[in-house]
Amino acid sequence: MTAPARYPLRTRILHWLTAVLVFSMLLIGFAMVNSIGSYESLRAIHMTLGIVVLVIVVVRVANRFTHRVPKLPETVGWLEHKLVVGSELVLYALLLAQPLIGWAMVSATGKPVVVFGSLPLPRIAPFNAELYFVLRQTHSLLAYSLVVVIAAHVSAVLLHTLTLRDGMLSRMAFALRRPGAQSDSADLPTPAPATVQSAMREHTNATANTRRYGRTRRHR
Amino acid sequence: MTQLSRRSLLLGIGAVGAFLAIDLGAVAYANKWIGPTAALTRQTFMDGFRKVFGLHPGFRRNHAKGVVVNGYFESNGSGRELSKAALFKPGRTPVIGRFSLSGGNPMVADAPATARGLGLAFSFPDATQWRMALLNLPVFVDHSPQGFYDRLLASKTDPATGKPDPAAMSAFNEAHPESVAAMAVIKQHPPTPGFADSTFSSLITFFFVNDAGVRTPVRWAFVPTQAALPPLPGTTNSLFDALVRQMRGGPVSWRLLLTVGQPEDSVTDATLAWPSDRRTVDAGVLTLTNIETEAPGNARDVNFDPLVLPDGIEPSDDPLLSARSAVYAASYRARTGEPKSPSAVQVDEVAP
Repeated sequence: MTAPARYPLRTRILHWLTAVLVFSMLLIGFAMVNSIGSYESLRAIHMTLGIVVLVIVVVRVANRFTHRVPKLPETVGWLEHKLVVGSELVLYALLLAQPLIGWAMVSATGKPVVVFGSLPLPRIAPFNAELYFVLRQTHSLLAYSLVVVIAAHVSAVLLHTLTLRDGMLSRMAFALRRPGAQSDSADLPTPAPATVQSAMREHTNATANTRRYGRTRRHR
Repeated sequence: MTQLSRRSLLLGIGAVGAFLAIDLGAVAYANKWIGPTAALTRQTFMDGFRKVFGLHPGFRRNHAKGVVVNGYFESNGSGRELSKAALFKPGRTPVIGRFSLSGGNPMVADAPATARGLGLAFSFPDATQWRMALLNLPVFVDHSPQGFYDRLLASKTDPATGKPDPAAMSAFNEAHPESVAAMAVIKQHPPTPGFADSTFSSLITFFFVNDAGVRTPVRWAFVPTQAALPPLPGTTNSLFDALVRQMRGGPVSWRLLLTVGQPEDSVTDATLAWPSDRRTVDAGVLTLTNIETEAPGNARDVNFDPLVLPDGIEPSDDPLLSARSAVYAASYRARTGEPKSPSAVQVDEVAP
């Protein structure tokens, strides 16, 4: 069995949902700690979305073991392959740790942890001001780490897709443009038609890339 | 190596540059590193307190001087008419609290005119807990975060005279007529001799929601049931010491009076008093049984954030509420990471 060309639909949905949520969460988090008038409402949104992210990331971790991963393009060498695997692990670790630390940090202040307006969650850390401070500093550190790792992740995918033209993005994308046809609907849940699959192959297939770039490539 | 066309190279670098500009730009904007300088942030207040009072590591930025108490609230059930909050069910609810004096100097000498604070946290640390920060004033002095900040800076003591700069104070009064009016109301209610006979008020309006879902604007006050031991003149901690001596002799208590607002009463401006004929509900008695020195793990480490509310109590749109929550959080974060030094009020060292 060969590796699929794309991640399964559920994985792609989870990925982009996480992307939108985490980007929003980072901005809301940075804004709320500078805000006077909106602090309380932003804090409520931030805590609720934080729990949503935690649930989604737990589902993603479980989902990650349910399917094969689409093969990386041939442009990814041995060292970069290690980096890709490592950065995926780091992202998962950050995305799991950050909401848990936020939850624990509120717990350590002795405040109730309430999400979705009125749903009380159990406190997961003892009331302890020193522990709170350590968790609070860690929460900020991980937020900036997420900014850096996500920026690197997106930059790498953009360079692969646009400069190396190796179709890196299509592994996680919803739509591909067919040559001479109008673009596919982004939320089309049906399996890609044969023409799209051939287009995808062209992006991920080393022989096709070789043709395009006019060079011989080592095959794995 | 892959032969890259100039076009694809530029496209990739351009896209990465555009993405990073938007991504990191948004991060910088949210952090207020770039963009228009905001009028007030938490840091503005933190810097303001530091400028006026100096830096006192480990202590609250405001109401820095204090002593810890605990006890219970005995509800008579009458409050349920207005709110379904667990505190108003008939019976006893534990409470931890802290008496304080306003200002950022934790070693300041007690003075009768300094505003007295009482922070309370009922049912701490349960999910039904209710925190409040009360003052011995009939109305609050400011109606906006900006007003509070301006008054903070204007009240900075001039080291040469030992008093605030009169020019700064008159400029403040010029700009904030609401505070001038509030000060006039406060002057009609001179402070009592001590903590034990002070009335501590919410000042800010909250909405009480009962079992039927009816929302009622309410302000509340803890009204003392005892006289205060007179403070010993000439001592630095005269007010606190008198409270310690009084509580050694037995508990002190306050009646909780809930005042019901009428449609014409302001719910967003804490400088405006409600008419004195408003209906009140006597909800029960707060009894404080123990007094202790600030220490790790007691109310020293509690942020009396007025927006920690139980089911049945909702915030109003008073702009002071979110601001207090935000600035208290900044103060809490700062002080929990700083080295600690002993509090001025050492309960064990108070002479009998």
